[in-house]
Parts: sequence; C-alpha cells; structure tokens
Amino acid sequence: MLILNIILVVFLIVCAIAVQHTKDLLGAVILFASYSLIMAVLWLLLRAPDIALTEAAIGAGVTTMLFIAVISRTGRMEK
Amino acid sequence: MDDLIVKMISRIVIPFMIVYGIFIVLFGHISPGGGFSGGAILGAAMVLYTLSFSADVAMKKFPHSVSMKLESGGIWLYILVGLVGVFTADSFLSNQQGGFYIGNAGDLISAGMIPILTVGIGIKVASTMITLFHTIIKEEDHE
Repeated sequence: MLILNIILVVFLIVCAIAVQHTKDLLGAVILFASYSLIMAVLWLLLRAPDIALTEAAIGAGVTTMLFIAVISRTGRMEK
Repeated sequence: MDDLIVKMISRIVIPFMIVYGIFIVLFGHISPGGGFSGGAILGAAMVLYTLSFSADVAMKKFPHSVSMKLESGGIWLYILVGLVGVFTADSFLSNQQGGFYIGNAGDLISAGMIPILTVGIGIKVASTMITLFHTIIKEEDHE
C-alpha cells in the first residue's frame, strides 16, 4: 500500500507541474482533471470517502465542464 | 453538438446518475456522502444532458424559473426546519430537544431533522450547478 501511495503522490506532483507548463489550455484542463482523479483516490486511501466523492464529482466532473465551456468561448492557446 | 453515439450513451447513463445522486442524498446521515456530494452528482447529470442534447432542449426541460424556485426553496426548507428548534426548544437547529424522531442508529428514518436538511442542501446545490452551466451556455448564443 505504501508503494501505491508513493506512485500516486509522484503522479500528482508531475500532473500539477505539467498543468503549469502546458501552453495548450485544453490539454491543461485534461491534466487538471487527471490531477483531481488521483486526488480522489488519495482521499479514499486516507479513509475520507466523503471528500473522495465530492472531489470526483466536482473536481473531475463539473470543473472540467465549466473550464471547457469557458475555453470554447475564448481561445484555446495561451497568449 | 449533434452526435448519435453521445446521445444514446447519455440516454442510458443519465437515469443511473440520477438514482445514484438521490441515493447519496437520502443516505447522507448513515453512509459517506450527503447533501453537497449528492447534489453535485444530480447537477452533473443535468449538465451531461445539456451537453449531449442542445441547450435549448435542456432549458425547455428545466427552465430558469423552475431552477430559481428550487434554489430558494432548498434554503428555505433548511431555515424553516432550523426555526422549528427555536420555537420548541432553546436554539436554532436543535434536534432531539426539538421533538424530532431520533430512532435507531443505522436506520433510514433516524437522526431527526438531518435527512430533511440533507434533502434541502441537495436540491439547492443541484439547481445552483444547473443554473451556473446554463448561464455560461446562454452567453455563448448571444454572439
């Protein structure tokens, strides 16, 4: 279980840094959704299923949809 | 968006999402979840409907006047149930002293007022999420 935890945390940090370095905003939103999904699994491993449910519904679902709606209204590439 | 596969898949998936959201809202006091998580899942189901079918169809099915009433109705349910405690006991949201049925821990009908409050929060969060998404989508049509 410790190895799974370490892998997930490393993946989380890589996702967080990649979101900052991506110039393509749609790709950044998808990376952010995967960040939220990993965070939900981590909450589950930390025995907080309540927070995991909320994170999976809000972070991976609704936030991504709102960001994509905003991107479709503005522009895809970062200036 | 007008895609046959997306429409059929969402037509299959949306009822399960709604049932799961209602389950999380109703069992909020004895299992993980509660008003906010269940309401977010209910709202996400409606957002998926808006994305797969067009915004006009979704707005006809769930117009802004209905979501406005549901939004304020949820918070009014919370306030009125809380005010019952003021009149029957000594403080806002007092549960057992206010005369609510407590029951056995683990039953569906137990814990007094908490299931009612959870239902109120669920309605509020779901309609807020739908209103947010519909507002953003409607802005797009004006251009």
